[in-house]
Amino acid sequence: MIQRYSLIERSIHWLAALTYCYVLLTGLAFYSPHLYWIATVFGGGPTSRYWHPWIGVLFFAAVVWMLRAWLGDMRITAVDRRWGEEMGHYIRNEDEAMPPADRFNVGQKYFFWVMLWGGVILLITGVALWFPERIPWSLRSFRYAAVLLHVAAALITIGAFIIHVYMGTAMVRGGFTSIIRGEVSPAWARLHHRLWYERVRGASPGR
Amino acid sequence: MSSAMLRVQKISGHAGPVPGEGTQRQQTVAKLIDATTCIGCKACEVACLEWNDLPFRETVFNNTYQTMPETAWNYWNLIKFNEHERGDGSMQWLMRKDGCMHCAEPGCLAACPADGAIVQYENGIVDFQQENCIGCQYCVTGCPFNIPRFNPQTKKVFKCTLCSDRVGAGLEPACIKACPTGCLHFGTKDDMKELGQSRVQQLKDHYGFTNAGLYDPPGVGGTGVMYVLHDATNPEAYGGLPANPRVPWSVRLWKGPLKWLGNIAMIGGLIGVTMHYLRFGPKQVDDKGAGR
Repeated sequence: MIQRYSLIERSIHWLAALTYCYVLLTGLAFYSPHLYWIATVFGGGPTSRYWHPWIGVLFFAAVVWMLRAWLGDMRITAVDRRWGEEMGHYIRNEDEAMPPADRFNVGQKYFFWVMLWGGVILLITGVALWFPERIPWSLRSFRYAAVLLHVAAALITIGAFIIHVYMGTAMVRGGFTSIIRGEVSPAWARLHHRLWYERVRGASPGR
Repeated sequence: MSSAMLRVQKISGHAGPVPGEGTQRQQTVAKLIDATTCIGCKACEVACLEWNDLPFRETVFNNTYQTMPETAWNYWNLIKFNEHERGDGSMQWLMRKDGCMHCAEPGCLAACPADGAIVQYENGIVDFQQENCIGCQYCVTGCPFNIPRFNPQTKKVFKCTLCSDRVGAGLEPACIKACPTGCLHFGTKDDMKELGQSRVQQLKDHYGFTNAGLYDPPGVGGTGVMYVLHDATNPEAYGGLPANPRVPWSVRLWKGPLKWLGNIAMIGGLIGVTMHYLRFGPKQVDDKGAGR
């Protein structure tokens, strides 16, 4: 087996995942009256409202850690652009027709950048929603923009999140195990991330 | 501040119909504030504190007679003192009793996500129910009049209740009862509009206030608190009374089209990935022959 994610990478991934799920569910409770019951599940409206921003800050911290650790792997390259052009094959599970990908394919990279920039917008607007009375009345248009942008950015991350969870659990078999145990089979690595596979195999042939 | 006597017509953050809606016929009530006869005595401020059992708070001296710069979570009724320079250079003292306007289409209620934290009674009074408030302060953003005030200790938001407890028991609000000049009036909205209009006519005909008018802004569906102003063309002069208040466009967009778009996108996304799985299934890797 080949190691794909170190223990610290997996820990931070799951920190981000759990904190995101918390802010997603409590956020949905505040988003729609039909989903307000979720707040009851998490200890009631005031409790959910109290923790939502703090857990959101924790989520953002996890994403910033990922940026530091994965920035080199997440830059979009010419290889990615070629891969992106062939994405139709990937969607139809014609993986043999795909150009080789590095450690992350361009879809994974887009997901990362959507969550990072979505997180930045959610953090900035979230702080404005956290302390609205600190924003002077003359700057209230900033508050008006914040309520709208916070929801819009959240919806974009939700779209990315749905696809990410689907692909990581149901669609790409072996992906879920890799983020839990950190290991993938050489055949998996070769099929999905050929360039990365060749790189790591050269460095340390199997374990 | 709950009032069991009054039936409810609108509930914040509420899915489904309003219980008991339309079962009781109630007149819409209104407060009429005649800014031209206010003498700034602050009897209404004291009456508000007294009736609502609000705790003492320190006042803030701001080189005017005004008690503090803005209303507070435990100070819902504030006379704003404004020294206004007229076109001819002479000084005019504008005094306006500031507080919740009890909009017919309240922005606070539209923005509120907590079920039952803000209600509008059949008689038009907009009331915060602190036991249901989650302290998110979206109402602060939704209000075009800068009225809801947050208490950071209790994490609840407060504002004028129009003495819904008194009105429910057939009494007039405490501020009305205390006013010594008769500048404050309370009754049905229709009566108050009529009274306000006749006073406006008087100001025009006998006092030379040709721009006098009744402040009942249509942008929020009219208000349950109306003003008679010497100069209705310049409400901003009365301590920042907005000329054309509306619920912020971003709040309307967020609670309207964006919500529908978001619901469609989220449900569409879930259906989309399910359909993908049914059509294409998972990506399997054949590990046979590959050294494990």
